[in-house]
Amino acid sequence: MATEFVARGQDLELVGIHKEFPGFTAIENLDLKIPAGEFFALLGPSGCGKTTTLRIVAGLDEASRGKVLIGGKDVTASKPHERPVNTVFQSYALFPHMSVLENVAFGLRQRKVADPLAKATEALQLVELEHLALRKPQQLSGGQQQRVALARALVNRPALLLLDEPLGALDLKLRRQMQVELKAIQMEVGLTFLHVTHDQEEAMDMADTVAVMNKGEIEQMGAPEALYDRPKTAFVARFLGQSNIFVGDVVEENDHSISISCNGQRIAAPKKRSEKHSGKVALGVRPEKATFHADKPDLDSNHNLVGPGEIIDIRFTGVSNQYLIDVPGFGDITVFAQNVGKSPVVELGAHVWVSWKVEHAFGLSDLPLKADNDEA
Amino acid sequence: MAFVALGQGSAGNSSAPKKASRVAFILLAPGMIYLGLFFLTPLVSLVITSLKTASFTGEIGMYDYGFQVSNYAYALDQYLPQITRSFIYALIATLMALLISYPIAYFIGVKARNKPILQAFLLTLVIAPFFISFLLRTFAWKQIFSNESPATQFLQSIGVLAPDQYVIGSSFAVIAGLTYNFIPFMTLPIYTSLERLDTRLVEAGADLYATPVQTFWKVTFPLSLPGVISGTLLTFIPISGDYVSASRDFLGGSDTAMIGNVVESNFFRIQDYPTASALSVMLMAAIVVLVSVYVRKSGTEELL
Repeated sequence: MATEFVARGQDLELVGIHKEFPGFTAIENLDLKIPAGEFFALLGPSGCGKTTTLRIVAGLDEASRGKVLIGGKDVTASKPHERPVNTVFQSYALFPHMSVLENVAFGLRQRKVADPLAKATEALQLVELEHLALRKPQQLSGGQQQRVALARALVNRPALLLLDEPLGALDLKLRRQMQVELKAIQMEVGLTFLHVTHDQEEAMDMADTVAVMNKGEIEQMGAPEALYDRPKTAFVARFLGQSNIFVGDVVEENDHSISISCNGQRIAAPKKRSEKHSGKVALGVRPEKATFHADKPDLDSNHNLVGPGEIIDIRFTGVSNQYLIDVPGFGDITVFAQNVGKSPVVELGAHVWVSWKVEHAFGLSDLPLKADNDEA
Repeated sequence: MAFVALGQGSAGNSSAPKKASRVAFILLAPGMIYLGLFFLTPLVSLVITSLKTASFTGEIGMYDYGFQVSNYAYALDQYLPQITRSFIYALIATLMALLISYPIAYFIGVKARNKPILQAFLLTLVIAPFFISFLLRTFAWKQIFSNESPATQFLQSIGVLAPDQYVIGSSFAVIAGLTYNFIPFMTLPIYTSLERLDTRLVEAGADLYATPVQTFWKVTFPLSLPGVISGTLLTFIPISGDYVSASRDFLGGSDTAMIGNVVESNFFRIQDYPTASALSVMLMAAIVVLVSVYVRKSGTEELL
């Protein structure tokens, strides 16, 4: 299996993966299907089981239960060296006693591919490092080592390329640059990428599909835009970008929307954007979707309006200002306003009203551990 | 003291380097004086002795200063079998020690890495023989395999040895004794190398289609090479000059003598000091040549 080159990536299917370590469960009943040729990101905080998932796919760890299928073939019982999979390790794991070129040629030599050095040189050209081919890995910078690790994996044309937070050790500028290059390379070679990361921007920026993982389970999966626009759980709403989340009992439900009451004030969300329609429900809105007004505006029923509240913090972040507004009964509401001169000029302590369109609100399936309107 | 010198240097004056070198000299002096007295002086004396001529008066054990290079030719001619035997024994014993030590070092350094108590216990076991003088340990082996011992009788009864064959006095006994005595010198440096082995590199090997055996030879072994080289040097050099195991008082017999035994008998029994000295100088020179070729061939300077 490992001896044949594949023209394109193959699909990956995980069926009922379960992984127990002594004392805790790392992965609970994970089902996942990644179509061939896709850039798939597994996103989650450290300790959520994402790296363990990747190691199970690579064969470096064994699942307690469940099956791994690559291109339809069951590889659960295969050893790592028998799987058509290559990994770009977080630590790069370049062989320190070999030159860069020999590192890249390693997999080709193992599989007795003809002309390994020429193919390795080609792979180094792809990552623009052919001029450093004869150096030792430790003579390279972090970014260069990362590219060698990528070339060493890519040159084998694996059915599936696994990336274990390979950009984590790089500084911000280099990371952005590598993200662009990585994405370009993936489009060029058409391989299936499984990228594990805790960086939500990185995941949204590069992946076709993002799966948000928490405590050994996938909470939500979808295109980055869909995930950001309509998070379904409180964890996703807060891990992928920021959210203002309010909890209250549903007081009205009609064909189009549901409304909850928070300390006497009502806020609404579209019914088709809400997971739960009765009982205690959490509604949320993204900070950039909310605006604030110096005077109470006269808005129609397509808007939620709360206030007045006091501005307790203003942060200048360059493209936008972040305002933290303490609205009695609603807690601290975060509002992003782009610095284009449209927001009212306000100072700390000013009293403002906050509004957002009902269509921008979303309803969650669960309740957050702590909502913004919880009275601490 | 050195820190003070550095501190003054950074304050910016040209006398700082001079001061620093004086400090270095003072720190080095005791070692240099010691080496001069106890290493260089005997070495020079050894070379001078090796060129002495027999005393004019013909008295046994008395020699005159001279430049008799033929002492070397005589020693070589007389003792070539023992010289060759020394290096063959040393080579075999070093290889045996390597074969035995590597798995032990690998287990302690890699497999027992996450079990500190087991690791400490095993390391203690490796070092434990040092708690007893190696003369006593070698003597113990002589007792265990003495001609009347149950071990020897057992080997004779199952036919490994003929009824008139014995363990003590054989090349096998000498090589086994040498191997046994030097195993810790081989195990510890290899352990030190393997203990630092990044197991993620082994995973990378597996990920790049190498079987566990291939990964061992392509990744693990090359990365442990510095330890293997220092281990083999620490065993090969002292074994070449060893005279205890091969001695007839311990594990050796009439045809197991090594250079060390010949030097000993020339010095203390027949008082032929020039020949003994010539043998010593040749042993030293041979080891220097062998070791430098070995280190160059194995390319240690290429490693990390």
